[in-house]
Order: sequence, then structure tokens, then C-alpha cells
Amino acid sequence: MLVLLVVHVLAAVAAPLLVRGMGARAFYVLAVVPGAAVAWAAVRTPGVLAGHPAGETHEWVPAYHLYLVFRLTPLALIMVYLVAGIGALVLFYCARYFRPDEPGLGSFAGVLTAFAGAMLGLVLADDLVLMYVFWELTSVFSYLLVGHKATSGTSRRAAMQALLVTTLGGLAMLAGIVLLDHAGGTSRVSALLEHPPGGAVVPVALALILIGAVSKSALVPFHFWLPGAMAAPTPVSAYLHAAAMVKAGVFLVALLAPAYAAVAPWRAIVLTLGCVTMLLGAWRALRQHDLKLLLAYGTVSQLGFLIVLLGAGTANAAQAGAVMLVAHAMFKAALFLFVGIADTRTGTRDLRELSGLGRTAPVLATATVLAGASMAGVPPLLGFAGKESAFGAFPGDPAVLAVLVIGSALTFAYTARFLWGALARKPGVPDTPVRPIGPLFAGPTVLLALTGLATGCALPYLEPLIGAYVGAYPGHADHLALWHGLTVPLGLSALAITSGLVLFAARFRPRRLVRFTADHAYDQAMRALDRLAVHVTGFTQRGSLPVYLGVILATLVVVPGGALVATGLGRDLFAHAEPWDSPAQAVVVALMLAGAVGTVRARVRLAGVLLAGVTGYGTALLFVLHGAPDLGLTQFLSETVLTVLFVLVLRRLPRRPAPSPRRPKAAHAALGVIVGALVGGLALTMTGARHQPPVSTGLPAAAEKGGGKNIVNVTLVDVRAWDTMGEVSVLAVAATGVTSLIFLRGARRLPRLGRHKPPPGGVWATRRTAPGALRPLRPGTVARGAVRWLSAVPTLSPERRSVIFEVVTRLLFHPMIVLSLYLTFSGHNTTGGGFAGGIVAGLALLVRYLAGGRYELAETAPVGPGLLIGLGLVAATGTGLAAMIGGGPVLGSTIWHAEVPLLGEVHLVTSAFFDLGVYLIVVGLVLDILRSLGAEIDRQVGEEAA
Amino acid sequence: MSWANGVGTANVTLVVAVAVLVGSGVYLLLERTLTRVVLGTLLIGNGVNLLILVGGGAAGGAPILGRTPIGAMSDPLPEAMILTAIVITLGVSAFLLAVANRSWQLTGDDEVQNDYEDHRVIERAEHREADEETEADTDTDERPEEPGDQPEGAG
Repeated sequence: MLVLLVVHVLAAVAAPLLVRGMGARAFYVLAVVPGAAVAWAAVRTPGVLAGHPAGETHEWVPAYHLYLVFRLTPLALIMVYLVAGIGALVLFYCARYFRPDEPGLGSFAGVLTAFAGAMLGLVLADDLVLMYVFWELTSVFSYLLVGHKATSGTSRRAAMQALLVTTLGGLAMLAGIVLLDHAGGTSRVSALLEHPPGGAVVPVALALILIGAVSKSALVPFHFWLPGAMAAPTPVSAYLHAAAMVKAGVFLVALLAPAYAAVAPWRAIVLTLGCVTMLLGAWRALRQHDLKLLLAYGTVSQLGFLIVLLGAGTANAAQAGAVMLVAHAMFKAALFLFVGIADTRTGTRDLRELSGLGRTAPVLATATVLAGASMAGVPPLLGFAGKESAFGAFPGDPAVLAVLVIGSALTFAYTARFLWGALARKPGVPDTPVRPIGPLFAGPTVLLALTGLATGCALPYLEPLIGAYVGAYPGHADHLALWHGLTVPLGLSALAITSGLVLFAARFRPRRLVRFTADHAYDQAMRALDRLAVHVTGFTQRGSLPVYLGVILATLVVVPGGALVATGLGRDLFAHAEPWDSPAQAVVVALMLAGAVGTVRARVRLAGVLLAGVTGYGTALLFVLHGAPDLGLTQFLSETVLTVLFVLVLRRLPRRPAPSPRRPKAAHAALGVIVGALVGGLALTMTGARHQPPVSTGLPAAAEKGGGKNIVNVTLVDVRAWDTMGEVSVLAVAATGVTSLIFLRGARRLPRLGRHKPPPGGVWATRRTAPGALRPLRPGTVARGAVRWLSAVPTLSPERRSVIFEVVTRLLFHPMIVLSLYLTFSGHNTTGGGFAGGIVAGLALLVRYLAGGRYELAETAPVGPGLLIGLGLVAATGTGLAAMIGGGPVLGSTIWHAEVPLLGEVHLVTSAFFDLGVYLIVVGLVLDILRSLGAEIDRQVGEEAA
Repeated sequence: MSWANGVGTANVTLVVAVAVLVGSGVYLLLERTLTRVVLGTLLIGNGVNLLILVGGGAAGGAPILGRTPIGAMSDPLPEAMILTAIVITLGVSAFLLAVANRSWQLTGDDEVQNDYEDHRVIERAEHREADEETEADTDTDERPEEPGDQPEGAG
């Protein structure tokens, strides 16, 4: 069965290509797919009838007890015939219905095929959760199908309405499924039917599931979406409203009724809503002029009828329901397809304008009359057989029986109105001109109508299939037949037909009952929702950064602060306190406090940056004093890069920030003091509250196992390597963000000396010394054989050059790179690591850039940061994946020992490659910063000056 | 080992540093000048890194096997976390400074402006303008009042 679904998916994917190649004829090919499902069902039928439902199970998410489990029960078999059979005919019909130049035909064909597959999965699923998945898929696909004419507002509104209503019901149903799963201990349908759970939850679960069924099957009060969905192309209407979408709700009711119809709210909900819907739909069908809308309201009415029969929970009603289910699918599909033909071949669907179609298209007209007769319940058609059993199924329930008879009379009346309106010659209206209708176009309609006739006459052949489903009910169903003798049901059938005839003959056109419709209620609900959204957005999104941050900080003060005050009252915060670990800490902290206060008070931007740097370097010192040399090293290096970074950006910004008019300074200061005090209090409480040994007691042993001596580094690249993986990804994203904010027209390569002849002395020229004012060094002014320390320095503005700096840079650069590599590889055993090493290499680049300008940077690093970061990510993920492929955990490390000539015994830990990846990413980040915030801004400044 | 003796001790000097750094950082964070906001995040970042360090217990020797006896080491786990945080701070600051630069390009300053779109939504909420907007969105003029009165749809 999974194979059938997969074939549908493949066909759906291939459909756009087929349509592109073959035009509308592609539908003939696509029709083969549901056709194959019919053939498959035919092969399986004898087995199912013999009591051996076919089934299969595939693993899906075993951890959640979710399986792809399918089962071909008798009910599912009936549905497969309808869904796939009518699906095949509708696809076949599409080939003639659509003009080849129809916009969006390829995707439409794909969606329609996918819809057929989803519907097939829905009826075959033996698990409620799996069924729910298919259920929602049909909602989504029907949204796309109804909204096929995307340029029409009506179409879009109808599609959205259908989607909202059915997914709303679907959500209720999901809640019901979860409850039922909980009550029964399984979501397997066959198990839930065999051993229905009891308990107080079950009625609630059933009510929720019924909301899903009722919304899908367009019962009152959700009926309004179905007529709206007539905005879809007619083949879609035929399929969705005869065999598929709306039948899903009916199917669900028919599936659960044998086990659950006796549980309290079931019958009340099903019978009440079903009866009201049957009458309301038929009543409104009589008011319509548009043939398609007439059929749509007729469908609403028939769905109410079906739900009453299949939900009643008795064998007789279920038998009648199953027969009506089959009959309705055939006659309604035939009638919709006829409307599609009439519409495309005459140009109208208004029954006041159509005239004489019965004469001009006799074969099609005969088929339509046959289908209509089945709908009206005229013998010897299948619809008659269904109604006849329905009238016999409610002997003890006169109210329901009365509704069924009245509903049938109205059904006869609107059917007569439909046939008369569509086919008859009307006085005063000229015969509608009809363009030729080919046999392939009319074929599906004729076939469906004839099947209705044949099954009606051949009831004994249909009975075993229906009986196999009805067998699930307690009790025994009456024999199915067209002629039972002179019985009460026969009398009621005659009564319904005669009254219907009278209503039609009297040209009964009911008045509108109420001005207020469910459609209006839907509109108002949507409007209220929009208004609510605007209010909520307006209330929460104030558009001001200080307000957002203030709210977050206030939450911090109130919640953890409240907890601190509540638990800390009467407790001595300083119980475990000691002044310092070493007096040197106090000295450093005193400097840092001065720096912090100075940063707050500084009005000149650069001063603030330098004072903040004091706190940064102070933090580094504290790390060292605490016994964390890795942190100290990394903090020192990163603080240096940060300071340069600030200077690079600040050179363009005004020296002081403009004074802002609104500045509630006192409030900000108060919040700062409160948050600072709170965090201090939390720190004291936190350290005093510890009473468990920390997890890190296991780390030394883990480091030993990871082949390293530096526990912090082993933690980073081995024990907690996933963390580091996430972190380097953040760095990669940040670097991408920087690039995209600075290089506005796509990332360019930096111009290099060879390809691009830069004007000598143009880089970093100041306004005071415009290019040319101070002449650059020309060849000859320098002694022959003088060493040029850096290759790109002639591009610098002369007053920016410093020979000492150039020499020092030249001498330091290579040792720095070597040092960075040393730090990276030795970091496993001693202070260092990829982060520190990467920043050292970045600083080496930074020094080259500062000494020689942007051309020097391009000469130093001819590769882009993207390449470095990409290589780094490859190294890091590659190490992780290699460990997984090797059979270990992802990012786990292995140690190799080898005897290498000259070097002696070498240990190689795979996590070294991971650290190398970290190194490359950090170098890439710093290079990216230099290229964007340094070189590119230089270039922009140069352009602005020119 | 010094951190593993069960009861933690609070280093008051470090706690004071944490409190002052976070407090000053919060004050800067609430400003509208983006470079000062970045400085605020830096101060808060340093403060919180020290907070994690304090949480790890008392000072000790470098957590390197063979150099410090296991019992005399500082707790390595908070250190690994802080190391990650330091480099992340570098990356995020670079990004924020790039934003500041872009802001300067667009407005000539790095002032964080109020969000204009948000203000429009607030105004709409206050003036109940949602109704008209909704109707314009759903093409009510195209739709017949009741589907039955005017045939409409596709064929």
C-alpha cells in the first residue's frame, strides 16, 4: 500500500514536467495512477470479503510508537474504489476540460494527483495519528486546488476559508486523537475499534474528533465553506465534493461509529447536526440559479443525510449509509462533470439562460437524467435503494424519519429543478448554442451514470461488500433489494417523490430564512481576529529599543530578584564570603571599577572605548590570577582585536554622540544600580548554596582519556565539542553578517597590486595632505639596493608611513604565524588552543594591515575569509562525521600512536583537526573584519574624498 | 581539589567587580547610541564571565595535568564555558559595529531610532483602523453578498 502512495507522490512530482511536454493530455497519463489503485483494490477484494483484511506496517518514529501502518478493511475498500475510481475519471476528464494554455496547469496537475494520494492514504491508514497527517494534507492540497485561479479575489478568499475551517476542525480532532490515544493506550484504529476504551475522557475525545469530521464534511455550522469552494475548477469540485475531501469526515464517522456510537454525546451531535444540515442544504439548493451552486448546496444536504445514516450506529442505518455513500459519489460526480461540460461548451451555468441542451446533446442529457434520478431516489437506481433502506432504518425514531422524508422530498424538488434548468427547452429562451462535445469529454459522465444504474439493478453483487462493513455492527441488517413488497418505506419513498414533484410543479422557491448567515459570522470572526492582532502587536511592539531592554531587565529584577529576596531574607549573604584569594585581585578590581565608571561617564566615543578596554584587560588579569591562563590569554588577544575594531569603525563616526532629547538618565542609572546589586547578590547566594560536588570532578580523567593534559582545551574540543561546534557556527554567521553589511554590492576581492595599479600614496591620505601635496618616494630617491620591507607600502600616503613600524612588522609577522600554529597544536597539552592561536594569526594580519594599508592586506592574505571559514567548518564537521563513520559517537576522538623517523614517537589526537578547524574559522573572522571594517571602509572613504 | 570540597566560597572582591561591571553595562545598554550599547554589552559580558568564574569556586593552579596536582586546580568547566563566551563576544561585537557603520551610512549617526512601522501599528490600534484594512485585504467588493444571488466562480 505504501507503494501505491509512493507512486502517487512520484506522479505528482513528475506532473509539471508531463504537462510541459504533453499539454493537457498529460492528464491521461496521470489518470493511470489512481486507475492502478482501483485495479489493486479489485485484486484484493475477494480476500477482504473472505474476512482477511490486508495490512502492512513500516517503521516511522518507533520511539514515539508511530508506524506507517495501513489496513484494507471493507470500509477502506469501498472508499478506495470511490477515491481512486472517481479520481481516475476526474483526471481523465481534466484532459479535455482545460485548455492547453491554462495558466499554472502543471502545478495544478501535480497537486490534484497528490491530493488523490493523500486521500488514499487517509482511508488506508490504520493509525489515528497517521490518518491525521493525511487529513491535514488533504486540507492543504484542497487549499491549493480551490485557489487555483490565484488572480481572483473570490478564489483566494474561498481557498483561505476552506483551509481555516478545516484546519481548525483538524486541530480539535488532533486533541481528540491524543485524548483517545491516552485513554486507549494506542492510536491504532483496529485496536481502538476492537477494545474501545472507557472513562470520562472518551466522550470529550469523541466530541473533539467529531468537530474535525463535521468541519471537513461541511455540516452546520461549518457548512459555508463548501459553496464558497465552488470557485475551484469544476473537476476539482466534482472530486472534492463527490468522492474525496468532504467524504473524509463521513468516512471518519463511519469508521468510529461501530464502536463509539453508543457513547453519550455521539448520537446527539451526529443526528442533530446531520438533520439540520440535510434540511438547510436542500432548502438553500432550491434558491440557486447557478447549477454548480445548486449542486453544492445539494451536497451539503446529502452530507447531512450520510452522517445521520452512518453515525446512527445501527446495522440497518449503516447499510443504508454505505449504499448512499457509493450512490452519492457516483451521481454527484456525474452531475458536476456535466456542469463542467455545459459550462465550457455553452459559456454559462445559469439555469435561466440554458435551454434545449436535452435536444442538442442527447447522450449526455440521458446520462445526466440517470444520475439525477439516482440523486432524487427514483427506482431502479442505486440512490433509490439507499433511500429505501434509510426509511426502514429508523423505526423507533419518528423525528429523524420525518426529517429524512422531508429532506428527500426537497432533494427530489431541487433535482427536478436542476434537470429542468439544465436540459429543458424554456419558453422565450432560444436554444443555447453548444460547441461540439467529444466522446472522451462526455465519457466519464456517462460511465458514472451507467454505473449508478448497473449497481442499482445488480444489488446482490454489491451486497457482500456493503455487508462486510455492516458486519462490524451488532445485530443483523435487512436484505438489500429494490423491491421488498408493499412496505412502509416504499410508501414513504412514494410520498417523498410525490411531494417533491408537487414542490417542483408549483415552482416552489423558498424565501431566505434569516439574513444572517454563517458566512457573515466567519467574516466577523476574521475581522475580530485582525483587530486583536493589531492590538496585541501595538501593545507589545513599542518600537523602542530601551523599552524592550527595560522590560527584559525589569523581568530579571522582579523574578529572580523576587526569589532572591524571598529566600534570602534572614540569611547571611556573606556567610561563606572571604575578601579575596590574593590581594593582587583587589588592585586589579580597583582599576577595573575606575575603568567601568569612566566608560559610563565618557562623552567622547574613543575615550569610552579605551576605558572599557581597561576593564577588559583587567578581566584578563583576573583570569590569570584565578588560575585560568587559557582564559587570560584569549581575553588579552580578543580585547586587542576589539580595540582596533572599535577604532576602525569610530574613525567615521562623529567624535561625540549627538545629545539625545529624551534621556531618562536617572531611571537608567537606577535600573543599572538595581541590576548590578541583584547580580552581586545572586553571585553570593549561588556560591554559598552549593552542596553537591561539581560535575567537573570527572574532567581530569576525561582529559586523560582524550589524550591531552590541558583540561580546558580537551573540554572544548572533545568533551563538550558540540558546544564548540555551535559556537564556531555563530562566528561564521557573524562574519557573514559583517560582510553583508559592509560590502553592499556583493563581496568583492580586494584589489591586489599586480592587477590593479593603485595611485602611489593614495591610501589613507588626510585632507591636510591631499595626494600630491607631499610627494611620494620615487625610485631613485631611495638608495639602490635598499630593502623594501613591505611590498605594498608605496601605495600609502607618505605621512602615514613609518619605517620602524614596517621593519618591526616584517620581522614579527612570520614568528607570529608560527606562534599561532604552535599555540593551536600544543594547546591540547599546555596553554593555547585553536581560539588563542586563531586570534594571534589574526593579529599578525592586523599588524600587516596597519603597517601597509589595504593593498598590503590583500598581498598578505590573497584568499578570502569565506574560504578560510569554509575550510574550518569542513575540518570541524569532518572530524565529527569521521568519528561517526568510524563507529564512535559524533565528535568523539581517537588517538593514534606512530613511530616517525627523526621525530620519534608521535601521538596524534583526532580532535587536533577539530581545533585546526576552530583556528581557521577564527582567522577567517578576523580577516573578514579587517577586510570589511578596515579595507572596504578605506576604499569607500577614498571614493568619497575623490 | 579546591573546587570540589562541596561548599563554595564567595570571593567578595570578584563579586564587587561583577556587580559594578553589570550595573555600568546596563546603564550603557539602555542608551540610544549604538557604539555605547556595544560597550554596554562588553562590560556586561566581562561581568558575567567573572560571575561564572566566581561560581566555579576559589582560585587554584592552571588546570593542566602534570603541572598542577589535581587537588590544587581551579575548576576547568566554567573556564571552558567562558573561553567560548569571549570569542562569541568578539564575533557579535564585530557584527554590531558593522551595524553601527551601516547606520552611520544611512543616517549620518549611530543613534538607534524608534521603529516607524511599530508606531504605525500602534496608531492603527488606537484609531481602530483595522476594519478598513481587513476589508481591503479580502476583496469584499468582488464577492456577492450571498453566493446564491449572483452566480460567480470558475468553469
